[in-house]
Amino acid sequence: MPTDAAPRDAGRGTLSDVASSDAALRRFLHGLPGVDAVGLEARAASLGTRSIKTTAKAYALDLAISMIDLTTLEGADTPGKVRSLCAKAARPDPADRTAPRVAAVCVYPDMAATAKRALADLGADGINVASVATAFPAGRAALPVKLADTRDAVAAGADEIDMVIDRGAFLAGRYLAVFEEIQEVKRACGDAHLKVIFENGELATYDNIRRASWLAMLAGADFIKTSTGKVSVNATPPGTLLMLEAVRDFRAATGRQVGVKPAGGIRTAKDALKYLVLVNETAGGDWLSPDWFRFGASSLLNDLLMQRQKLTTGRYSGPDYVTVD
Amino acid sequence: MSTPENTSGTRGGARLSVLKTYKLYIGGKFPRSESGRVYEVTDAEGQWLANAPLGSRKDARDAVVAARKAFPGWSGATAYNRGQILYRVAEMLEGRREQFAAEVAAAEGLSQDRARALADAAVDRWVWYAGWSDKIAQVLGGANPVAGPFFNLSTPEPTGVVAVLAPQRCSLLGLVSVLAPVIVTGNTAVLVTSRTAPLPALSLAEVLATSDLPGGVVNVLSGDTAQLARPLAAHQDVNAVDLAGAGPELAAELEASAAENLKRVLRPGSGDWSATPGLERMSAFLETKTVWHPVGA
Amino acid sequence: MTEPSQPAAAAPSQLFAYAPAPESRAVVDLAPSYGLFIDGEFREAASGKTFTTLSPATEEVLSEVAYGGEEDVEAAVRAARAAFGPWSALPGTERAKYLFRIARIIQERSRELAVLETLDNGKPIRETRDADLPLVAAHFFYHAGWADKLSWAGLGPDPRPLGVAAQVIPWNFPLLMLAWKIAPALATGNTVVLKPAETTPLSALFFADICRQAGLPEGVVNIVPGDGATGAALVAHPDVAKVAFTGSTAVGRQIARTVAGTDKRLTLELGGKGANIVFDDAPLDQAVEGIVNGIFFNQGQVCCAGSRLLVQESVHDEVLDALKRRLATLRVGDPLDKNTDVGAINSAEQLARISELADSGEQEGAERWSAPCELPERGYWFAPTVFTGVGQAHRIAREEIFGPVLSVLTFRTPDEAVAKANNTPYGLSAGIWTEKGSRILMMADRLRAGVVWANTFNKFDPASPFGGYKESGYGREGGRHGLEGYLEHA
Repeated sequence: MPTDAAPRDAGRGTLSDVASSDAALRRFLHGLPGVDAVGLEARAASLGTRSIKTTAKAYALDLAISMIDLTTLEGADTPGKVRSLCAKAARPDPADRTAPRVAAVCVYPDMAATAKRALADLGADGINVASVATAFPAGRAALPVKLADTRDAVAAGADEIDMVIDRGAFLAGRYLAVFEEIQEVKRACGDAHLKVIFENGELATYDNIRRASWLAMLAGADFIKTSTGKVSVNATPPGTLLMLEAVRDFRAATGRQVGVKPAGGIRTAKDALKYLVLVNETAGGDWLSPDWFRFGASSLLNDLLMQRQKLTTGRYSGPDYVTVD
Repeated sequence: MSTPENTSGTRGGARLSVLKTYKLYIGGKFPRSESGRVYEVTDAEGQWLANAPLGSRKDARDAVVAARKAFPGWSGATAYNRGQILYRVAEMLEGRREQFAAEVAAAEGLSQDRARALADAAVDRWVWYAGWSDKIAQVLGGANPVAGPFFNLSTPEPTGVVAVLAPQRCSLLGLVSVLAPVIVTGNTAVLVTSRTAPLPALSLAEVLATSDLPGGVVNVLSGDTAQLARPLAAHQDVNAVDLAGAGPELAAELEASAAENLKRVLRPGSGDWSATPGLERMSAFLETKTVWHPVGA
Repeated sequence: MTEPSQPAAAAPSQLFAYAPAPESRAVVDLAPSYGLFIDGEFREAASGKTFTTLSPATEEVLSEVAYGGEEDVEAAVRAARAAFGPWSALPGTERAKYLFRIARIIQERSRELAVLETLDNGKPIRETRDADLPLVAAHFFYHAGWADKLSWAGLGPDPRPLGVAAQVIPWNFPLLMLAWKIAPALATGNTVVLKPAETTPLSALFFADICRQAGLPEGVVNIVPGDGATGAALVAHPDVAKVAFTGSTAVGRQIARTVAGTDKRLTLELGGKGANIVFDDAPLDQAVEGIVNGIFFNQGQVCCAGSRLLVQESVHDEVLDALKRRLATLRVGDPLDKNTDVGAINSAEQLARISELADSGEQEGAERWSAPCELPERGYWFAPTVFTGVGQAHRIAREEIFGPVLSVLTFRTPDEAVAKANNTPYGLSAGIWTEKGSRILMMADRLRAGVVWANTFNKFDPASPFGGYKESGYGREGGRHGLEGYLEHA
């Protein structure tokens, strides 16, 4: 497994025993190469200067739309709000049927059934229902509660579960607890896909983000996700770039491909295109699909649609020409 | 209550001029005094010029909060960036030389020519200090040859929030000469204007607000010097005071008060603001930080 | 996911290939011909001779430029000599304001200058826009501030300027090297005759126009384009008090001989064969970026390039795999395209030299690998290339290639890394990649190089002195230390 971020001293070729104990897991995670923050941020900024024009832009805008997990995660969510969101997901631009659908709608567990039904009624079964679970966003609940939360969501029809890791345990160095919790939730998911949210803003260092990425992937995550959108620092280009390096290296080491989902704070088409550039030049083209890369976003969709209209008509669009939800 | 500037002739006849309401400058905004009070500012002959806000201790408190909030960003900005912004202040001031010359002439009872020269000198002083932003560390800092396998480097760092009492007499050049050295190194400032000649300082705030200087880096308070200075000198979240504008008795009192949290104190000096400054107004508000690190494989 | 939510697009990576994103050339108004800039005005060469300057990316002729001969050099030095008295007598604050003006005008015209530099040099617009031009402006800003603060420079209370500075600069960073030379010279009160490189004279002539816009007194800056003979005449001129040269070690040696026995002060910034040393505990993803930046920035035409990669044997394969994967994403081609990472080689002559040395690498038994990329048909191009299995004795490990060619060597211990890194007549730059601070400092102590970058590479700042040990030259440019080259202690 000749990859740069692959562990060098934890038994080449076999990752099966790294989680045999807290100590073994710590040795493995701390044996990952360090991350130089200045260099990482410089690389992300440099990729941010890529200029995406004309045909590439048209393709990228549609790709970005198709990667959105259209999200509403508010205390004030109602069935009406969720149905409205589903309608938007199925037909983002009522004036233009060629606009692609989003990948999924993302809601709290108690809204999963509503979303599932609404999408079916719209004939949009291809759009997945993603549900946050495990006492989102803080994750401060006992494991049985988290598992029940997960099972509820799956039972309500969620195709994808977005869980949060126990940041307290992670920061306290109890990696095995985090690892086992992810495994348990993964089991509770059944056939549903599991996205594991790190809350990068709370992990604070890039070294931690790299370790959390490997930890989650080893524990069985199908996707790794930056943030809940509920703290002050959400998805950032350097953090996402780092996670893209992790999934790239993990596939090289194990053969298993894991997806990446930046969430929170991505509001403009320009930002979204920068993320696609990160994907393209870090993990590579294999990740340039909704199966392997998602945006957790809500207002982003309208900006993408307005840019799309601009490309089609040659005129700048305005907020009156897209629907509020 | 009319002043020469109050009316001006135009081709169509006399035109009533629009008077400016002078305001404080706190956190990048221009509030009236929290006290709701103003005081009369007159020219050297006692003629009314304008009403200035009478800043209160609560304004001082707000100004300290704003200065503290601005400190991480300003001290964390690159020296190059700070230098560019100070140079921008000079550019903006250059474009308003006439206004400042007029205000200085009125405030200090000077001829237009003399006032203009002072305004020009004030512009040049911003330029002079702008150039120090990325050089002061090279002059005051450096590697120390300690006897052991250690890297050892000393660098100057800004001390924090500095309360600055502007000189009472030299209303623009003196003001710039005390303000620029405080902020060029990354400190943030709460500036108390000259009591009798606050208008150039209040107008300078308008220049600062349009020079890319982040809000809160400089906060400008007009009013009674002692009333504003006392709460600032005693404030536990102020790191240093520049007593340029305090008389001997007040200076002694403030210095004693500043001792409570060991503020750095710069005592009043000679009051000659025309000479090229040295480094002392910068070094007074700098801490020296020394970093040790082992050297070995 | 098992169930794709959208009909998956085929071959996404190809569909996402970036469309061309060319920067507009319209921002630059190129005249069919340019004169010499002497005593505040553009003039023909005394001989009437001209030469053409090409765009190395297309071989298109950009403009004709007057060729400075001995008579022109004479006139330029005379103008600079005449301007020296009043210029050096100006109060520092006034000199400062001229330099601030120049800095501001460069900022204002930076896009124009970036496009011009890309046209004339062949380097990508991404670099001229994001690296060269910001640094040029910063250099003038920094030195502007020194003009009235020289008594704090550590050279005594009242250091004096030297006189006329003869400055000869290379083609790899035409405008940046001009800034490195002219900004400190003017700040310290000297006047300047500068000879830009034969293949890249245009930005210096645009700079002459900026001097006029700034109202700089006539004769303070003179620009005399030409070739090696022009430079030799300038350097040899008896009224020159200071010679500053950036270029090859061979020419530097010649200049050192020329000034021997005179009172002329000399600063030389010459070649290098920088070692970029990667330890097994390095932040590897960033190290790979640093290696790429170290040798492929500016097509490797950088005197301080990290042209020798010294990688700890235990991570050799990992680093090389990651490096090759990364190099495959480099975009080589039209320098005016905003997405281009690697542009054209500056001249046919330079391309020939790079090719010759690369061929020698193969002949001497190193293994050659080039990033898969399509090179344009016209212009001077060389694909980013990596040689593995390189030994200390190979020419590609010893000679400066000055192109996008990396030689990879291995080491086992820090001592061995130091020994190999220092085993060269050059001593300009070095890089160290490790997460261990004490090792960084130990390595930095022992490396015989003027600039040592740790966990970064090719970083420049006007506040930071730059220059070499040994045959990489002497004197420093930038920072407080750089002033010394233009001042007499007093």
